[in-house]
Amino acid sequence: MSAPSLRRRAPGLVLIAAAALYSVVPLLSMVSAALAPQGTFPSGLSWPTHPHWHNFVDAWNVANITVLLKSSTLIVLGVVPVAVLISTMAAYAITVLEIPLGRVFYTVLVLTLTLPYEIVIVPLYEQSRTMGLLGSQWALILPLIGLNMPFAVFWMRAHFAGVPKELSEAASMDGAGPWRALFHIHLPLARPAIASLALLMFLSTWNQFLLALVLIDDPDKRTMAGALQAFTTKYSTDQVLLNAGALLIMAPTILVFLFLQRHFAKALLQGSVKG
Amino acid sequence: MSSTRPTREGAAARSRRRLRARRWAGWLFALPALAFYSVFNFRPVLMSIQYSFYDWDGVGASTWVGLKNYQAVFTDHEQLASLLHACYLILFFTVLPVTLALITASVLRQLQGRFTGALARTLLFLPQIIPGAAAGVAWTWMYSDNGVVNQLLRAIGLGSLARPWLADFTWSLTAVGFIGTWLSTGLCTMLLLAGIGKIDNSLYEAARIDGAGPIRQFLTVTLPGLRSEIGVCVTITIIAALASFDVVYLSTQGGPGTQTMVPGVAVYNLAFNDSRLGAASALAVVLTLIVIAVVAPLQRLFREK
Repeated sequence: MSAPSLRRRAPGLVLIAAAALYSVVPLLSMVSAALAPQGTFPSGLSWPTHPHWHNFVDAWNVANITVLLKSSTLIVLGVVPVAVLISTMAAYAITVLEIPLGRVFYTVLVLTLTLPYEIVIVPLYEQSRTMGLLGSQWALILPLIGLNMPFAVFWMRAHFAGVPKELSEAASMDGAGPWRALFHIHLPLARPAIASLALLMFLSTWNQFLLALVLIDDPDKRTMAGALQAFTTKYSTDQVLLNAGALLIMAPTILVFLFLQRHFAKALLQGSVKG
Repeated sequence: MSSTRPTREGAAARSRRRLRARRWAGWLFALPALAFYSVFNFRPVLMSIQYSFYDWDGVGASTWVGLKNYQAVFTDHEQLASLLHACYLILFFTVLPVTLALITASVLRQLQGRFTGALARTLLFLPQIIPGAAAGVAWTWMYSDNGVVNQLLRAIGLGSLARPWLADFTWSLTAVGFIGTWLSTGLCTMLLLAGIGKIDNSLYEAARIDGAGPIRQFLTVTLPGLRSEIGVCVTITIIAALASFDVVYLSTQGGPGTQTMVPGVAVYNLAFNDSRLGAASALAVVLTLIVIAVVAPLQRLFREK
């Protein structure tokens, strides 16, 4: 880069650097606090002379990370595959098979697309209680599948709407029934749309807080984010363990993000532009 | 001829019937989605509306109270304050991030593809990925007495301004607001950046030939070109501001006093601490109506011509 262009770019680069710093400083300040000796009250951002890496091991045990990882994974595995499958089937029925009254169903779904969770939380709690689900992960899995439907069907419909009609016609000409047409022709084509939908759903399920807090009374059976509340109230006095534990709780999403970074950005962008 | 017509008509009718039956059979594909949606989404919405007209503690009998719960939403200090706070938070969840993102994206446009650009994009995006609840914990620590915010103020000689921000009656809501800014700026930047990438480069060249400087280019080319992306950013972040729960619940729980009370936390408290399910539902219904009232016109405003 030549000198004049560097000078011209400098203000921009400084601005970007400042913005990047702004996004990571809160996380760095947690790391620095997490490495201080336990029971002390560390101050701000300072690299400790003797980093206590062992704090993370203790926080792992104290915050029950092994159990929470299992619980979160169970919830994600309960929600994402089922929600992806049935929303794809519904979008296929509405868009490709053009089922009667399908448009009405779709319109109702879209109307509830932007509703805040606050409006369903009380009835969902009552419903789970009568169904006897409150003590298990099912209390979160079943509602999350239902709550994901508006966005998921919306997303998959946008995909199917872009598939040329001739394709389905050719399939039925060759004698393929709706099942065969879906599994052999449409699903392979829909793979990118399904992958980004699954990624978005993973993120929102894993990070689910309000619903997990209300619908599962045992913190060890919640999502990792949902369990954070119990952890903070228990360890609010020990800043070091609290920060180490919170970091461990957010670590899985950050790791997944760093691995699938490009796909994440793409999925979020697609989703939001269509949304 | 005349003898074959009835049978042919019969055959046509039969095949029409068969076709119609086949189209109805397609509902088998939509049925699981419909079932989950009705039981765990649509029905609860209707139930909430129903609850909102009753006084009910969740255990005993419920009494019909008409609009009393709704009256309380607008007269009860805590509930009304929560709605006003939610509106104030739009400034920090929406206005500030979209403005910052417009500037950042315009600058990043020139860095597209470079390593610095890629690194910046990853870092900027990070807050979007972590759970909002964890962001609440991170920022509680940032704002604490010996946290980074006060450390910075002391370092630049403004130590007199240092305070425990989230416990401060005047500043707590603004402090919570900046957490929202932190959370949404990255997503808005990425969205706007993707939008800028789609703008035809010849438009910039034409503007430059007409003698437009960077600011003029921004106003005449970038801004109109980003219309729908700005619309998406505004919509998503306004919903996040109005329906915020996790960040506030984990950083302040609505305190000090009710200084940072938001509708989400108020609904939670009313329902699960005070066992006032009817009142909680009424507030949730009002919140939902506000979301719809804000989002619906926005969709119209930002729709591409």
